[in-house]
Amino acid sequence: MSTAPHPPEAIIRFVGIEKRYDLGGEAEVRALRGVDLTVNPGSYVAIMGPSGSGKSTMLNLIGCLDRPTAGSYFLGGTDVSRMPDDELSEARGRMIGFIFQSYNLIAQLTVIENIQVPLLYQGQDTRNFEEHCVKLAELVGLGDRLHHRPNQLSGGQQQRVAIARSLVNDPLLILADEPTGNLDSRTGREVLDLIDRLNVAGKTIVLVTHDDKVATRAHRVLHMKDGLIEREVLNRPLPRTNGEPAVPA
Amino acid sequence: MNPLSFQFLSTVRLGVKSLMLHKLRSVLTMLGIIFGVCSVIAMLAIGEGASYAAQEEIKKLGSENIILRSLKPPDDAKLAGLGRGGALDYGLTYQDGARIQATIPGVRRVLPARIVRENVIFGPNSIPCQVIGTLPFYPEIVGLEVVRGRFLTETDERNTDNVCVLTVGLAQRLFPYQDPLDHSVKVDAFYYRVVGLVRERNLPEHRTQQAAMEGEPLDNNVYIPLATARTRFGEVLVRRSAGGFEAEKVELHELRVQMKSTESVETADPQIKTLLNRFHSKNDYEIIVPLQLLRQAERTKRIFNVVLGSIAAISLLVGGIGIMNIMLATVTERTREIGIRRALGAKRRDITLQFLVETVVLSVGGGLIGVALGIVTPLVVSSLTDMKTIVTLWSVLVAFGISGAVGIVFGLYPAKAAAQLDPIEALRHE
Ligand SMILES: Nc1ncnc2c1ncn2[C@@H]1O[C@H](COP(=O)(O)OP(=O)(O)OP(=O)(O)O)[C@@H](O)[C@H]1O
Ligand SMILES: [Mg+2]
Repeated sequence: MSTAPHPPEAIIRFVGIEKRYDLGGEAEVRALRGVDLTVNPGSYVAIMGPSGSGKSTMLNLIGCLDRPTAGSYFLGGTDVSRMPDDELSEARGRMIGFIFQSYNLIAQLTVIENIQVPLLYQGQDTRNFEEHCVKLAELVGLGDRLHHRPNQLSGGQQQRVAIARSLVNDPLLILADEPTGNLDSRTGREVLDLIDRLNVAGKTIVLVTHDDKVATRAHRVLHMKDGLIEREVLNRPLPRTNGEPAVPA
Repeated sequence: MNPLSFQFLSTVRLGVKSLMLHKLRSVLTMLGIIFGVCSVIAMLAIGEGASYAAQEEIKKLGSENIILRSLKPPDDAKLAGLGRGGALDYGLTYQDGARIQATIPGVRRVLPARIVRENVIFGPNSIPCQVIGTLPFYPEIVGLEVVRGRFLTETDERNTDNVCVLTVGLAQRLFPYQDPLDHSVKVDAFYYRVVGLVRERNLPEHRTQQAAMEGEPLDNNVYIPLATARTRFGEVLVRRSAGGFEAEKVELHELRVQMKSTESVETADPQIKTLLNRFHSKNDYEIIVPLQLLRQAERTKRIFNVVLGSIAAISLLVGGIGIMNIMLATVTERTREIGIRRALGAKRRDITLQFLVETVVLSVGGGLIGVALGIVTPLVVSSLTDMKTIVTLWSVLVAFGISGAVGIVFGLYPAKAAAQLDPIEALRHE
């Protein structure tokens, strides 16, 4: 494991992260141009910025879906920026929960089965987690829809299934790329309330949004432009850095 | 159940589930394998049945026997054979039998037979039959079963008795109401007392050439002592033919040489030929070696199996390509699902396994259906025709094994392709 000098409490630490896309020949897109960032456990971070500024690229890197072209990324103290593919998969499964704009549920599986998917790849016997998964479904208000398929649910319900799924492995970090982008404002609010509660319960949240109202829920708002964090706004005090929730759940 | 096998089971369940989403497509994909496996098993069963029947037939002739048969010489040699009274003189002789017995090593005994075509008459019934003059040990070599009474004896032979033994079928037709034993039947100008009934186990071998051509019923045989046949019928036989009457002088129609062991058959075969050729200037006999026929039949069967195997391999290959094609399409169609699974922690090998399992489920499922059809088809064939079929266990195992292997071989590439997808690209896929 890495012994890089960084505060042990940082859950995400970006050091000079760059991401370039080679488009063949001379052409090259510099999606991220040396980003430094530290996120402490329990914090709620929103990323804003114009289209193409590199928000999704950054979130994908945080989520270990991709590797940076240059720079180092420490996830919970471990340098994951040069990890082999299998270990990255492992890290995603164990430490990160994803919530996507378009829900991304698996169509042929039921609600409960969708919630169980991450367990499968942790080598877990899903039968031992039946109760746990039902609890999560109840937490997001879908206790009565366990055996429905995604196409039998509304958008908001699907997104809530995705949230339950993101929690099943008890991750350190929940990443959401425009989670309310496909929802009407009321359903969006319900989903965001749910995310707020997760944060209050101690989960670290990183969320990409175009909506100022959404961003106000976060502790910190990062404004990106042209592959860099242009400025940062602190909405409210960060939780204590030892990872304890700022407000008891 | 340990976690690993549980995981594997859930992967299989997931695979089946995904396939069930597109039932028609899955079934169509399986068809190639189904037909491939079915045709392998069915064809091999039919081939096996045919060769089994042939081999049984040959085995009945006795693998330790060598059969010599008189044969009318080809036309150009006929004139040379015209002897006294214009009778065509050809075929095996008593002398031939004696010489073989005396000079060929390993000979156990030689069974001579005269076969005359005549009508057998009892009361108003007159039935065309073969009158076979032969010796008492005939049943042992040919495989006759004495049903009632007895077969011919040494005493009959010594006394040139007018006794006969009938085949069961003939007796039934000749004596629809009476017990044939101790009644006398008339053949030509003489009466013969019926002393026994027999059932023949290998009918076709007893048909003389003529009888076969004239399409006589098979089991109309009257057995009489050889000595009796010689005195009652004489050496010259007259038979009607298309051109009028034709006289033939044939001493013996058949000689069955029984060897002491199967091993000596192959050395004796050329020796007999050499011996007989010294006394037969024309080609007036044929020599049948059941053992060689058996070997020939086995060789033919091997070739047949290779040909079938190739056809089967090709059909399974085509089936495999069909599966691969569909799986590639499936991978494209499910790119997004792959991205989701990768984001949720699936490793490349999890994805590989998932798609490989689907392919194997398809091919093994197809294989199972194919096996079922492959077992049923021969049954249908043998019930609709009189073909004998034998489904062998090894053909089922091989066909099924190949179907599984096809799944793995042709599933590997699509599965690998799926696993190589970049998670972000896959997630973005519409
Ligand atoms: N796979 C790729 N190949 C080439 N260029 C890419 C790729 N992915 C992203 N980019 C480029 O990187 C830049 C940042 O993209 P990114 O998706 O992070 O933007 P974003 O801030 O999320 O935008 P939006 O708000 O529209 O989602 C863009 O210029 C984009 O064209
Ligand atoms: Mg984006």
